[in-house]
Amino acid sequence: MSARLGRAEARAGWMFVTPALVLIGVFFVIPVISVFLLSFTDFDIYSIGDVANTRFVGLGNYRALVASPLFWTALRNTAYYVAVGGPLSVAVSLAAAVLINARLTRWKPFFRSAYFAPWVTTLVAVALVWRYVYHPQYGPLNAFLGVLGIGPIDWLGSPRWAMPAIILVSVWKNFGYNMLVFLAGLQLIPDDLYEAAELDGAGAWHRFRHVTVPMLGPTFLFVGVVTMIAAVQIFSEPYVMTQGGPLKSTLTLVLFMYEQGFRWWRLGFAAAIAVVLFLLTLLGTLLQLRLRRERAA
Amino acid sequence: MRGGGGRRLESVALHALLFAGATLAISPLLWMVSASFMHAGEANASPPPLFPHTPTLEHYRALFTSQSLGRYFLNSAAISVGGTGLAVVITGMAGYAFAKLRFPKRDPLFRVLLAGMVVPGQVAMLPMFLELRQLGLINTLFGAMIPVLAPIYGVFLVRQYALSIPDDLLNAARLDGASELRIFRAIVFPAIAPVLVTLGVFTFLSAWNDFMWPLIVLSDDARYTLPVALANLAGEHVQDVELMMAGAVVTVLPVFLAFLFLQRYYIQGIMAGSTKG
Repeated sequence: MSARLGRAEARAGWMFVTPALVLIGVFFVIPVISVFLLSFTDFDIYSIGDVANTRFVGLGNYRALVASPLFWTALRNTAYYVAVGGPLSVAVSLAAAVLINARLTRWKPFFRSAYFAPWVTTLVAVALVWRYVYHPQYGPLNAFLGVLGIGPIDWLGSPRWAMPAIILVSVWKNFGYNMLVFLAGLQLIPDDLYEAAELDGAGAWHRFRHVTVPMLGPTFLFVGVVTMIAAVQIFSEPYVMTQGGPLKSTLTLVLFMYEQGFRWWRLGFAAAIAVVLFLLTLLGTLLQLRLRRERAA
Repeated sequence: MRGGGGRRLESVALHALLFAGATLAISPLLWMVSASFMHAGEANASPPPLFPHTPTLEHYRALFTSQSLGRYFLNSAAISVGGTGLAVVITGMAGYAFAKLRFPKRDPLFRVLLAGMVVPGQVAMLPMFLELRQLGLINTLFGAMIPVLAPIYGVFLVRQYALSIPDDLLNAARLDGASELRIFRAIVFPAIAPVLVTLGVFTFLSAWNDFMWPLIVLSDDARYTLPVALANLAGEHVQDVELMMAGAVVTVLPVFLAFLFLQRYYIQGIMAGSTKG
């Protein structure tokens, strides 16, 4: 009897996971494996017409990639975005979480929701709002800076300021999520640690430095790496706000992949970019695993 | 210890900072709404106006008549609602099976799935496009909803939650002769409903807000989702700030309302996920 039940259970188990496994297999596992194969071919617009026009080119796409100045520009821009935007985003999230979590703070749910609100919005829509905020002539940002005596800046029109402008939008849009993660971490810190520190005469900064930071350490590293990995994938902000310009100053890796693959239909070449993206993410994940192991040790 | 005066000053400074932050966070959204009611050209003034001089609905009217925004709205709604419904059922069943049903190769399979979670979806997009072309799914709403249908993190989320269902309850139902499908419907589904709501809210949000995949897979104007249509419109109407803001409001409003009414599911979901992980 129990053997029969066991068989029925096993059958049901397979039945229940099959829809998910088929979808994940067909639309995720096979494409991820295929992207490596695709990167060794010269798949282009002619191949879309007839697959017979595709040839195996070995490492040709990778050689072309390394020789392409645009690839290095995209890589540099992405690195800039990750290196500046990642830490800035984490810092803003942490600051917001600490302020909201402070014992003196009133109306906590209001502040929590207000800070989280940008995260739920549609990026394309709010990017248009920010395009206006950055408007060189009528934008509120320049109007504000003008009051401080700072001359008008063509934010999205200058190669120097376009990427910082995009970073600012991303931080505004995304910090709410990490803020909640930090809030969850902060709530696990026992109150008596703060009380003890206060009895020892520690001010707000000292309490933050010597109680909050060490207790939050693991969350901090985890959030940092996850944020960096997500940042490598930036696409929509530059697509909507600058189309990668001016002078390619906001061309990111994924935007480069999109343009090569879906605008110029150089899918083999674009697949090589996708592989680079995969390797970068893998690097981030290995770093995260290592940090987690150190934390466990 | 410091006296009440220091504490009071600290509290004032703290709340001043908090309100300044809240203003920075939500003022772009408030201004978006305000500008959508301004007459054409009104926002292009220095200093930028905060409120419409005489509010008008002309841009909303224009969007739904000459720009067929209603159609894009329906496309977005179909993809998000359909995708969310399917995702909840598919990941609900899979998550439960991985937690509670014993079948051969279950645990190695689950580990492979977890490993797949680290690969960004964008890596798969080029071959996926070719695949969908072969299957005739390019330019279809189903093609656009594929990435949200079986999220691995969703399977993981449901599994963690379903682990707490007592085995005795399931075994008792089996001994009473209930089929596995019936057990799922009658016992498991109600038990995991809270996590399915959280999952549903997140899936709806990501389907509605998704931009890159619909941009790739929907090339026919009539099939555009709101974000794709809006990005397209923004390219053609660079100067029409007020019109763009009305389009942005229509695009953001559904997810924003979903957030206002379901925010405890969002917030709990994120905070619970982060402390367990």
